[in-house]
Amino acid sequence: MKAFQVHTGKVAPLDRANVDTDQIIPKQFLKRIERSGYGQFLFFDWRYLSDGKPNPEFVLNQPRYAGASILLAGKNFGCGSSREHAPWALLDYGFRAVIAPSFADIFASNCIKNGLLPVVLKESEVTELMDKTATRVEFYPLTVDLVEREVRDDSGFRARFGIDDFKRKFLLEGLDDIALTLKHESSITAYEKQRRAFASPSS
Amino acid sequence: MSRPRTLFEKIWDEHVVCQPAGEPALLYIDLHLVHEVTSPQAFEGLRLAGRSVRRPELSFATVDHNVPTLASERSVIRDPIAAQQVEALRRNCRDFGVPLFDIGSTEQGIVHVIGPELGLTRPGTTIVCGDSHTSTHGAFGALAFGIGTSEVEHVLATQCLRQQRPKTLQILVRGSLPPGVTAKDLVLGIIGRIGTDGATGHVIEYAGEAVRSLSMEGRMTLCNMSIEAGARAGMVAPDETTFAYLHGRRFVPKGEAWEQALAYWKTLPTDPGAKFDRVVEIDAASLAPAVTWGTNPGMVVPVTGRVPDPQRLPSEGERGAALRALEYMGLRPGTPMQEVAVSRVFIGSCTNARLEDLRAAARVAKGHKVSAKVQAMVVPGSQAVKQAAEREKLDQVFRDAGFEWRESGCSMCLGMNPDILQPLERCASTSNRNFEGRQGTRGRTHLVSPAMAAAAAIAGHFVDVRNWEYRD
Repeated sequence: MKAFQVHTGKVAPLDRANVDTDQIIPKQFLKRIERSGYGQFLFFDWRYLSDGKPNPEFVLNQPRYAGASILLAGKNFGCGSSREHAPWALLDYGFRAVIAPSFADIFASNCIKNGLLPVVLKESEVTELMDKTATRVEFYPLTVDLVEREVRDDSGFRARFGIDDFKRKFLLEGLDDIALTLKHESSITAYEKQRRAFASPSS
Repeated sequence: MSRPRTLFEKIWDEHVVCQPAGEPALLYIDLHLVHEVTSPQAFEGLRLAGRSVRRPELSFATVDHNVPTLASERSVIRDPIAAQQVEALRRNCRDFGVPLFDIGSTEQGIVHVIGPELGLTRPGTTIVCGDSHTSTHGAFGALAFGIGTSEVEHVLATQCLRQQRPKTLQILVRGSLPPGVTAKDLVLGIIGRIGTDGATGHVIEYAGEAVRSLSMEGRMTLCNMSIEAGARAGMVAPDETTFAYLHGRRFVPKGEAWEQALAYWKTLPTDPGAKFDRVVEIDAASLAPAVTWGTNPGMVVPVTGRVPDPQRLPSEGERGAALRALEYMGLRPGTPMQEVAVSRVFIGSCTNARLEDLRAAARVAKGHKVSAKVQAMVVPGSQAVKQAAEREKLDQVFRDAGFEWRESGCSMCLGMNPDILQPLERCASTSNRNFEGRQGTRGRTHLVSPAMAAAAAIAGHFVDVRNWEYRD
């Protein structure tokens, strides 16, 4: 898993609440059996018109947001389907962090497993960043600092964010989740020995 | 005496393998359900790391998302990418020893329909699947939740998951549901009230007289859509209804083991005095048949209501979202819902494709004809549901009325198979998500109960099923 410590990059504002994972990566792209190559399908139905041309209205198609690596979004980002293709698509497109007032649980968990940092800021802080992003026509760099647990820019914005200690360590060190669990192999075996027989399917 | 605990706390405590310092709990998983869409990368991850499946007998796989529902298309899937994904699941199940209920087997069906009907879903267990609607299984008093593909791999390799303990939310439904108001209307009413993120970070326990009175099918519909309120899981305490449903099913304990299981299951309901982090009360009498008007399940009104006026909504965010939703849905503020015409009707999905759902729809359809302007289909949730419905001749009722009668699968709930909406088509659907493009690019979805969907198919527009002229 890709580690995350400090990242500075361009911000793209997606000023919508309840962005569901069907929008992040529509169903027709979930039939692939690979883990990579989903960036081209990110926000597909919003990004492209029905004739296949890029939709100039959509934020990621605006030249000023080309190469953005931090996504700003409204509350409850990533709701709906559990598809991990959503963080895969965001990462493959080039995003390293998403900042929003809240995230759906499964999506946030999927992000952590892949080294994409979900940052929860207050609604007012997200609004402030949205406004700054809109008014700063030139390159607006934002820094997401997991070591210090803060988001800051070059013009006085500084906001702390909360993150569970374990998730932070997991991301900072880019740990292997399964290897970590397998350190507790003996506990798992001990648990299995005392587990109720009828907890397993009988046939 | 020990501290009073909730149903959730009892199951959680029972499954903690260890609680390493500074780490989330390691939770043991009793049952892992697998389908073709969210598993290939997980099995591939095992191969790359040289790992095996720790307890293959605790995993069960089926194919549901991609499978065509026309009998003639099932033996050879024409979409080459979908076919490859189904083939990958077959190979993975073979290589790793995971049982598979394949296309053509009598057990095949939507993963959340077959788990309960085979008796794999049992009270007091932990159940996961790479699918958000895993919350369905909570209807049996299990702790069941959806996971991503990395976690699917983790469960395959370790039979455990590292989990932060969620908060608890009791939804207490007081009184009884009025006639014509179903579990679907109840859950849509709840989501309309608390919002699509109203239960984020929480496990819901549904309680109260109206919940107790629901059949297992109704409880599954209720728990199924917990995720649409953002909940980690939804649960109903097991009781005589649960035990009667489970008795004699294939994977349920038999004989003395059944008695032992039963004695344990009876200890699971929330103790008097146990505390929830939050409680929400719902008055069942206030509910009516529901129809969604927007692009998330919280955008819902009673069928007697009208398309809301975005300008009257309290916050700028809600106004913007509603305006956008109405534009997408092609609806005008103030339009009575019963004047909204549909061209497609879908009765199916893990929310509403069990026998009771099909009976409710068939009762409405009996002796009527589907509107000439509507294409309507019924997709049973599993082969077992299909066979049971055919024994009752429900298929004949549907066919006589002009509905298509299909093979089991996820079908048009998410359009990963040939069943999709065309752009701008408007559909009354018994599924769970009315997101933009969910049933097909630019398709327009209205979520309703099975009876409401059948009535809309016949009338050609939404109608209040409480006034339906039954011809049985």
